[in-house]
Parts: sequence; C-alpha cells; structure tokens
Amino acid sequence: MGWLTDIDPYMWAFVGTSLAMGLSVSGAAWGIFLTGSSLMGAGVKAPRITTKNLISVLFCEAVAVYGLIIAIIFQTKLTDIEGRGYINKDYYSGFSIFWAGLTVGFANLVCGVCVGITGSACALADAQDASLFVKILIVEIFGSALGLFGLIVGIIMTSSASFAKT
Amino acid sequence: VSTQSTGHSQANRAKEKEMSYGYYSLGPAHGSMLTFNIADGYLEGLLRGHRSGILRVADYSNLVQCDALEDLKMHLSSTDYSDFLAGENKLNTAIIYEKATAKLVNEFNELRSHSVEPLSTFLDYITYAYMIDNVVLLITGKQHDRNTEELLEKCHPLGMFPSIASLTVANTLADLYQSFLVDTPLAPYLNDTLSEEDLHEMNVEIIRNTLYKSYLEDFYNFCQKIGGATAEVMGELLQFEADRRSINITINSFGTELTKDDREKLYPSIGLLQPTGILKLKEASDMDQVKAAIEYIQTYRDIFSEFDFGHDKDKSLEDQFFQYEVKLNKGSFDQQFHYGLFYSYVKLKEQEIRNIVWIAECVAQKMKSKINNYIPIF
Repeated sequence: MGWLTDIDPYMWAFVGTSLAMGLSVSGAAWGIFLTGSSLMGAGVKAPRITTKNLISVLFCEAVAVYGLIIAIIFQTKLTDIEGRGYINKDYYSGFSIFWAGLTVGFANLVCGVCVGITGSACALADAQDASLFVKILIVEIFGSALGLFGLIVGIIMTSSASFAKT
Repeated sequence: VSTQSTGHSQANRAKEKEMSYGYYSLGPAHGSMLTFNIADGYLEGLLRGHRSGILRVADYSNLVQCDALEDLKMHLSSTDYSDFLAGENKLNTAIIYEKATAKLVNEFNELRSHSVEPLSTFLDYITYAYMIDNVVLLITGKQHDRNTEELLEKCHPLGMFPSIASLTVANTLADLYQSFLVDTPLAPYLNDTLSEEDLHEMNVEIIRNTLYKSYLEDFYNFCQKIGGATAEVMGELLQFEADRRSINITINSFGTELTKDDREKLYPSIGLLQPTGILKLKEASDMDQVKAAIEYIQTYRDIFSEFDFGHDKDKSLEDQFFQYEVKLNKGSFDQQFHYGLFYSYVKLKEQEIRNIVWIAECVAQKMKSKINNYIPIF
C-alpha cells in the first residue's frame, strides 16, 4: 500500500482526533456568531426575545460538545504500544479513528452553520411576531440532528479500534 | 476650463474603498449568508427592530379620527414615536415634519456610525440624494435673494456637508464645481455638464435632474459591484426610480421650453424603459404618447390604468408611483443578508412622514374630505 502504510498509525489517529475537535468547534463558533449578532440587534427593540432565543446558541454549543465527546472517546483508545512493531490491527485502528474524526468534524461543521443561520432568522422573526418562535425552532431541531448523526456514525466506526499492548 | 486639475477629490477616494487583500482586490462586497453577520448582522437586527415600529393601518385609522393636533400628538405617543413632540408648546405641521425627520435622521446616523465598509459607503450613497436637494435649494434660494441662514435651516439634515454654507457665493456652474463641490461626494456628478452660463439664468431643475441622473447611475453601478442579493434588490428599486423620473421629466416638460434633445440628456441610463421606451418618451408630446411609450412594461401599464380607471379618483399619478414604491420597498424585507433593507427603511419612513404630515394638515385645516389619501404601508 505504499505511502499509506508508511505513515505511522498514531499519526492518522491523532490527526483524526484533532480534526474532530477542531472542526466541531469551528462549526459551533460559526453558528454562535451568526445567531448572536442577529439576536443582539433584534433584542434592542424587542428585549423579550433575548432569553428565549438563547436556545439557538445552546444548539450550536451542543455541536461543540459532540466533538468533545468523540475526542475523549478516541483519546481513551490511544494507548501507547510501548515498542512492539505495528500489526494490521494498529493500521486498522489508525485509519478508522482518522476517518471517524473527519466524519464527525465535517458533520458538526455544517450542522453548526445550519443551526446558526436558522437561529438568526428565528431571532429576527420572533422579534416581529412571537408566535413564530416555536415553528422556526422545529427547523433548528431538525438541523441539530445532523451533528448527532455524525456522532453516532463516528462511534460505530471506531467501536473496534484499539492499540493493544501485546 | 480644465476641471480635473484639482487632484484627488474626496469623491474619488471614496470610490477606491474597495476590499483589497494585498495581491488582489475583491471590490466592495458583503458576505453571503455565511459571513454577512460578521460585520452587519447587528445592524440588520437593529434595523428590523426599527421597521417593526413603522405605523400600521390601525395606527392610521386612529390618527384620521383626530380633531386637533393635540389628539394627533397623543395618539402618536403610543406608537414608536413616543414623546417626540414633548416640550413643543405650539403645534403645527412644520414642527411635526421637523421632529419626525429628526427622529429618522437620528436612527440613520446611529446606523451609519456603527457601520463598516462597504455598508458605510452604501449608507453614504443614500445621503447623496439629500445633498443634491440641498444644493439645488440653496441655488434657488440665492436666485430669489433669500437669506442664507433661512435656507440652511430648510436643508435636509441628512444632506449636510461642511462647505454647504458657502455655496451661495458661486456665480457659474463651473465656479460652483471648482470652488465648492470638488471636495464633496457630489463632484463626479457634475463633470460632464459644466458650462460658463450664469447660474442665475440656468434652470435649476436641469441642474437637479442632471445631478440626480449621474447619482442614480453611480449608485446602481455600486450596488451591482457589491453583487448578491443587494444587487438584485437595489437594482429593482433603482430601476423603478430611474423610470419614474424619466416619466415625470417627460410629463413636466410639456408646455415648457425644454427641447426633446435636452430632455433626453436627463433620462437615467439604467431602468427598464431603456432603450425602447426612452426613445418613445423622448418623442412624446402629450399624455397619450407617454402611455404608448411605457405600455410594453406590465407594471407601469398597470400603474397608469389604475390612475385612469381605478377606484380612487383622488390619487394622482405621483400617488400611484408612491404606492408602487412602497410595495417594492416592503418586498426587500423578505430577504435576509443584504443592504437593500437600509435603503428601503429610509424610503418607507419618508413615506410615513409624508402620511403623517398629510393627515396633520387635513386635521389642522379641518378639511377631512381627502384625509384618506395617505398611502398605507403595513
């Protein structure tokens, strides 16, 4: 397999973990600034919306927590093999953690953006007409399910990945 | 007389405020829905909050039932206007107009001071229209030998610029440009039409329409460079403005000494009526020919037929245009993440102020027969 097996399996695994965390937090941050700026602007003339619409920010934050969960799960698998040579199982673990990390990372990135834009529209609509809040919130709930999908798939992909000592 | 020799004017510098990142320059642009909120999200939210304070049909029906200006003030105090007339001992329509405009100007200046490029240039463009009106007001006033102080008080606050007070000293158009307008944002709009003709002799309406034509084209090009939803929304709004001015110039020039060639020079080059309708408008010499010229565009045909055969015989053609303009401006709030909202808000507030002043006039003069001729917005 040439260069794929020339790269250390730990390299694959750690890059995957860092991308999972990094991209998830990017998505969460993106969503929060999209929602937060609209929320602040709309809250000037309609202060009643500010507390309710923090839910949108909460949904974006959940996306970062998904990334955190996955990174911690990966971290528990990343035990040091202390000197023995690499076996096929190690390569399997490395690859699966890398791609699971990427899956979770990108899913959370777009989920965060989605929830952010919808949250921004939700804040502005709520400021005009309070009955619209719950209806737009349903759209946000569907959007936040995307991050959950990524988390589930990531966990399934790495369920049998491990770096055993012997 | 060489007019370009005065060097880099403020106007040219304003135009070069493009986004540049060293190697390449992107031109003025705002983010799409992904990044718009970084710079302008707060202001959009704030603006939509202001929009929700625009008077509704229910508020207007309260206002038309007033019998005196005091009642009007009381009813307005329960709307977004709250106590804008507080502390005024005597009420008349001029004071109501002044205070309502001051409120709009405050809101606009708040937005303007919070904004960054390219929104700040966009908001500046909105003020240039008022600057043109102020310049023309001063020139006309000087022609009739009015006091400069008096004239400055009548100027619209959004269109003030530093050297405005000294404008009245100019004698010819070239003089006006070289001494006073070259450092203002209006400089590029006067370039092609400079003449040595005495300002006293020149028809001020020609100056106004020439300046406004260049301004509209410049604004349109700027919005097209920004691109995205702004180009789409503002394009529609500015094209309607251009066509409306072309039609009005044509109708108002019947029976005056304005030749057809001179008239053609005043028509803006943007606009749905270009080029077919404009050619026919240029040749038109009565109302029927104007109608034939604009007929191929559905919306204008409807406006004219509403004016001729519609239910409300009291509404003039200008009212029909205002009504259509309100409809277009309301539509710009249907999209998020663009700058057309800011322009539309200013226009809708202006319409609201016109409505309030109309109702106040009818109430003050106790002539309630035509009081319902305001244009409802929401």
